[in-house]
Amino acid sequence: MAVAQPKIDLAESLLSRHAAPGPGARWAQEARAAAAARLRAMGAPVRRDEYWKYTDPARLTAAELAPAAPLEPEKEALYGDRAQLKLVFVDGVLDADASDALALDGLTVEPLARALATDIHWARDLYGVLEARGQDPVPRPLAALNTAVAGQGVAIRVSARVATPVTIVNRQRAADSDVVLHHLILLEDGAEMTLLEAGPAGARYNTCLEVDLGRGAQFHHVRTQGRDNERHAITHSFARLAAEASFKAFTLTVNGVLTRNESVIEFTGDDAKAHVAGAAAGDGRFHHDDTVFVTHDGVNCESRQVFKKVLRNGALGVFQGKILVRPGAQQTDGYQISQALLLDEDSQFLAKPELEIYADDVACSHGSTVGAIDEDAMFYLTSRGVSKPDAQDMLVLAFLDEAIQEIEDDALADGMRERLAGWLARRR
Amino acid sequence: MLDIKNLHVKLEEEDKQILKGVDLHVPAGSVHAIMGPNGSGKSTLSYVLAGRDGYEVTEGEATLDGADLLQLEPEERAAAGLFLAFQYPVEIPGVGNMTFLRTALNGQRKARGEPEVNSADFLKLVREKAATLKITNDMLKRPVNMGFSGGEKKRNEILQMAVLEPRMCILDETDSGLDVDAMKLVAEGVNALRDEGRAFLLITHYQRLLDHIQPDAVHIMADGRIAKSGGPELALEVEKNGYAEFEGEVA
Ligand SMILES: Nc1ncnc2c1ncn2[C@@H]1O[C@H](COP(=O)(O)OP(=O)(O)OP(=O)(O)O)[C@@H](O)[C@H]1O
Ligand SMILES: [Mg+2]
Repeated sequence: MAVAQPKIDLAESLLSRHAAPGPGARWAQEARAAAAARLRAMGAPVRRDEYWKYTDPARLTAAELAPAAPLEPEKEALYGDRAQLKLVFVDGVLDADASDALALDGLTVEPLARALATDIHWARDLYGVLEARGQDPVPRPLAALNTAVAGQGVAIRVSARVATPVTIVNRQRAADSDVVLHHLILLEDGAEMTLLEAGPAGARYNTCLEVDLGRGAQFHHVRTQGRDNERHAITHSFARLAAEASFKAFTLTVNGVLTRNESVIEFTGDDAKAHVAGAAAGDGRFHHDDTVFVTHDGVNCESRQVFKKVLRNGALGVFQGKILVRPGAQQTDGYQISQALLLDEDSQFLAKPELEIYADDVACSHGSTVGAIDEDAMFYLTSRGVSKPDAQDMLVLAFLDEAIQEIEDDALADGMRERLAGWLARRR
Repeated sequence: MLDIKNLHVKLEEEDKQILKGVDLHVPAGSVHAIMGPNGSGKSTLSYVLAGRDGYEVTEGEATLDGADLLQLEPEERAAAGLFLAFQYPVEIPGVGNMTFLRTALNGQRKARGEPEVNSADFLKLVREKAATLKITNDMLKRPVNMGFSGGEKKRNEILQMAVLEPRMCILDETDSGLDVDAMKLVAEGVNALRDEGRAFLLITHYQRLLDHIQPDAVHIMADGRIAKSGGPELALEVEKNGYAEFEGEVA
């Protein structure tokens, strides 16, 4: 099908808007050029596209960006006092002075630009590679844009089981920051790492994370997005799992105007596991979209998607989740649940769960529910003297907790609980 | 303590009258029992007193030490000292029993202008009360009533009562579904709380509970009214003759 001219024009405009990412190795220049060609071929996203009908991409692609007042920097206590390697990005630019030394036993960290400028580098087999694989069958034009123009990010290679997490702290300073970040993570066979992320990267941002997991490798990702500001964001996580690998990701989103989190996960080996979960709480103009695509192409792999949203004052939640089981991917265990708790009648949840299965010995299930606060529970709590706002917060936290429980590390999970409770208290 | 006068209640959503003029006076320091056939309105009375939505009071009044209960929100009634042990305690996934109890206790204390109880004192208080009711630590850690057996739920209601120390306790069929030993535990729990400043209203189908908790008065509710009041002997009569007499009166 021919791509409509407005989509092509918009793609061109998007590409021209971002400053050239600077010189790079020849392979990097080729990767960028290929991504630009991908974007031109598929066109920029518009509302009419199948996977954009619930979320209008216009605010992500508009030439004029809606400014967002910067927030006070986060209290770094977010992830506790644990030892961590902190990488600070200010308006999408690595701040080396504010960051820790780029060294950790079993792990190397490099600024993306340096990796892309190195003639012989492992990043060559990853940069834009998983993004390109993730374009089929569902196009993700803003990810191709990211690969074409990104100049900032980090490239992390992990060769051992590393307990100390790497934390990316995003700080926004300029009200009109329009940020593109691209991170690469390569986990060698048997390697393990935890990536933590916090803070809004900019008034508008587009991030892309490519994670390649070797045999038996383990990747843990916990991130929090936004607080009460005007942020517009699209994030992409592309993961490829070799045999026995394990990928676990959790995202907490609190407000912001528009957030779309895309996760694209591919099992290429057997006996691997991928869990993606999200808890989102939003108010008013909040629009939150989780779009997940899991491809099973190995035997006996387990995928799990758990997404919970609490919406009020006209907030809108979207979930688009797909499990694709390729021929031969027997003994697949695919699970998907998306649930919304609507605190009033103005709020809305739109869900599009999909299963596409080409193997016969699989167990896949999906469910999607929308509900209101349980009045019996509310009465029970208040009849014991719990105030109505306290009772509602308890029920909201309980609802979101099923997603938070997906985090393996108890201290991290408790951190998420505290943050949510704090937000709820402030929002009364 | 509790005064109910000519209370008429209908369902909010339907044109269905359930309470048709209930009169009841429960003085401080006393234990009153209400018995009555299924569907006569006993639970409805307890829900209306506790402030549940869905009912409309069309006539009459209910006061707790002179304060108009019907004007108050459920949490305000609780802070004023009213407690209802539910006939069917509600399961609340994801809300821990301890968090719930502590928020309830401190919510009440805050509403009354009293200082909050710190977590160490609270823990001690709950552990102590739980032990006498044979409620295990594991049950305390679980979400509210989740996975509790019928009898465990009822004991959990009594635990809440013991921790919150309300002045006016309404127990709706707390004895139903309890084994003999649990019934004794619950009765002991109630008896331990009996004192001059406190009153109980026990809704029950069985004389047996009243063997353990001697009531000062027994009322028979039939078709939304108190059809007869008397002493403990009334419960024995019902045990022997059933409710035919009262149903006759209604028809
Ligand atoms: N929400 C409701 N919708 C419809 N009918 C109701 C509702 N609540 C109560 N009723 C009806 O009102 C009547 C009284 O119910 P209630 O639960 O108060 O009885 P009860 O005396 O407690 O009975 P039991 O001994 O079985 O517990 C019943 O006929 C019941 O069906
Ligand atoms: Mg009843």
